[in-house]
Amino acid sequence: MPIAHELEQTTEQATDQPAEEPAMAVEHVLFRYDHAPPERRWTVEDVSFSIGSGEILGIVGPNGSGKSSLLKLMAGLLRPASGAVYVEGRAVSTLTPIEVARILAVVPQEQPSLFPFSVAETVSMGRFPHRKRGWWNMGVGAETEADLVAVHRALVETDVVALADRLVSDLSGGERQRVLIARALAQESRILLLDEPTAFLDLSHQIEMCSLVRRLAGERRLTVVLVTHDLNVASLLCDRVAMMREGTVRAIGTPAEIIRHDILHDVYGCDVMIDRHPQTGKPRVTLPIQTPQDKHRIRAGT
Amino acid sequence: MPGMSDGQAASMSSVTVQSKEARTSGFPEGLTEFDWITAGAVATVRRRRLVLTGIVVAAAIVVIVSTAFGAAHLGGGEVLRAWWRLVTIGRLDEAGGPAGVILFQVRLPRVLMGFLIGCTLAGVGTTLQALLRNPLADPYVLGISSGAALGITLATLLAGSSLLVQASVAPVWGVAGGLIALVVIYLMAQSRGRLPVHGLLLAGVVLNAVLTAFMMFITSIMDPVRSAGLIAWLMGSVIVREWGGLLGIAAYVAIGTAWLWSQAPVLNLLTQGEETARSLGIDVEQAKKRLYVVTALLVGAVVSVSGMIGFVGMVVPHMVRMALGADHRLLLPAAALVGGMFLVISDTVARTILAPSEIPVGVVTALVGGPIFLYFLLAQKSRMV
Repeated sequence: MPIAHELEQTTEQATDQPAEEPAMAVEHVLFRYDHAPPERRWTVEDVSFSIGSGEILGIVGPNGSGKSSLLKLMAGLLRPASGAVYVEGRAVSTLTPIEVARILAVVPQEQPSLFPFSVAETVSMGRFPHRKRGWWNMGVGAETEADLVAVHRALVETDVVALADRLVSDLSGGERQRVLIARALAQESRILLLDEPTAFLDLSHQIEMCSLVRRLAGERRLTVVLVTHDLNVASLLCDRVAMMREGTVRAIGTPAEIIRHDILHDVYGCDVMIDRHPQTGKPRVTLPIQTPQDKHRIRAGT
Repeated sequence: MPGMSDGQAASMSSVTVQSKEARTSGFPEGLTEFDWITAGAVATVRRRRLVLTGIVVAAAIVVIVSTAFGAAHLGGGEVLRAWWRLVTIGRLDEAGGPAGVILFQVRLPRVLMGFLIGCTLAGVGTTLQALLRNPLADPYVLGISSGAALGITLATLLAGSSLLVQASVAPVWGVAGGLIALVVIYLMAQSRGRLPVHGLLLAGVVLNAVLTAFMMFITSIMDPVRSAGLIAWLMGSVIVREWGGLLGIAAYVAIGTAWLWSQAPVLNLLTQGEETARSLGIDVEQAKKRLYVVTALLVGAVVSVSGMIGFVGMVVPHMVRMALGADHRLLLPAAALVGGMFLVISDTVARTILAPSEIPVGVVTALVGGPIFLYFLLAQKSRMV
């Protein structure tokens, strides 16, 4: 199957050049939201790891474990209290927003569509960091040919060309998600950060999304970091998985190393069934059916 | 369209995508393909030029036609001849004749002033709607206008007591009042160097109420002759005394509104949420500060000159957005021009309908704008945001 095949290829690529500088590195990052009372624990506490170029890293963990905050810290949207995030060897905090945007694109989980922008207009916003600036064109800047081609490619690759002149507010959740990915692709960055990319998608679009991310990592040699709730998506899609709990990374490694019964029990505090994916041999997580006695036990809090 | 299914098929297999890439990277073939597929989906340069040229021509016609109306009756032929002389000779004072004096010394400055004020109100309204991510915001929503009005009220109260409060420096009081109001709102709304939208709106509403109360208090203790003049000004009016004053204000608001236009791509991204704007390369807090200061400078000046003219800054951007889409590179200049036309027409109605007496132009904009707004709202409910 193509997915399995590509998968082998990228793992080889990732391991081929161990001497290469990591695409991203997170070093001892400590973070807490301003409005949190000082006695509360840190939202992200002393997290360190690095990501190789072309690698797909999944961040998983229970609700409130700090996954999304970590992703925002990596994107430079939040500032760590101490520690630093490095992209291609440079600290994010020392770069201007434009410089960050040229290296790194963020796909948010969702965003309000209060204003009637069309799909093509939304995607071409991804060209902002590449716009020519200056008083002579008053910043109003027309799309250059390179802009139009990048937008078109992004529309084709995410399969939203047919929606180009529709309003974003009229689209379904899955279509909107693909538009947001298209906007990130139009940014032509080398690193892609995705927040819950499969959350609103039905099965067929989940499959498409996974193969899209795989293909982009392979063809464009994109480094991808994604936050997801879906352990099976993480298992199938990611080269490595980071398991978070209460602001710390409890374990990081290949899906086979991480998606294990004992680790999941430790992190999520519940028992799940793990077997092998029939196609890829990767770990697969299944939720057990609770017997009525179990339910009763949970409700009683024992 | 046959190409659509093509595109869908292409994304399915990477082989086809690559052949597609090869095609799109070859100019100009790839470009025409893009133009064809997304025709009308992006505000291209050509479309922008076309629409703006159309609106500029319409605006010129509105300006010329509205000079034909007024208290003194001038025939259509007379007006056209005077304009023709103006265009051919090119100088106002030689356009000659009593008709020329009425047209170019009395009516034209007022019409142009109305146009500029309308432009500014609509441009600022468009900007604030994007900044506050609220399609129903208007230039008066933040209380900056009340600050400016209070400044003018104080200037009127103290008028004649010193050189600082001459009529000619009244706009300075207005602008200063607006800026002080902005600083107060900023201090009330900011938390840890950030400027949250809901905090701003709340602070604006509170400040608006407090400043309006102050203004009513001052008006109530004022000499009735002065307070009557003040109230007439507050209700919204376009009054110009001479060309010199007009040119100063004109340069001021034209530069300000043009600068807002230059920020159109930033406004586009800000409507998408602040985190998105930041991740696409905008220093959001800096950009917001700059934009708020410029809108405050413009609102202060406009309020000083013409009082509170409602509805233009809210309805016009909204209507233009429904017609042309939300891309501010086209929306902002188009809304400004339409706002100018709208105010010129309203002012023409205000000064002719009960001639020789006038009604406040703010009354007309609300009476005309309200039903138009309602009509668009009902007609385009499906496209409503």
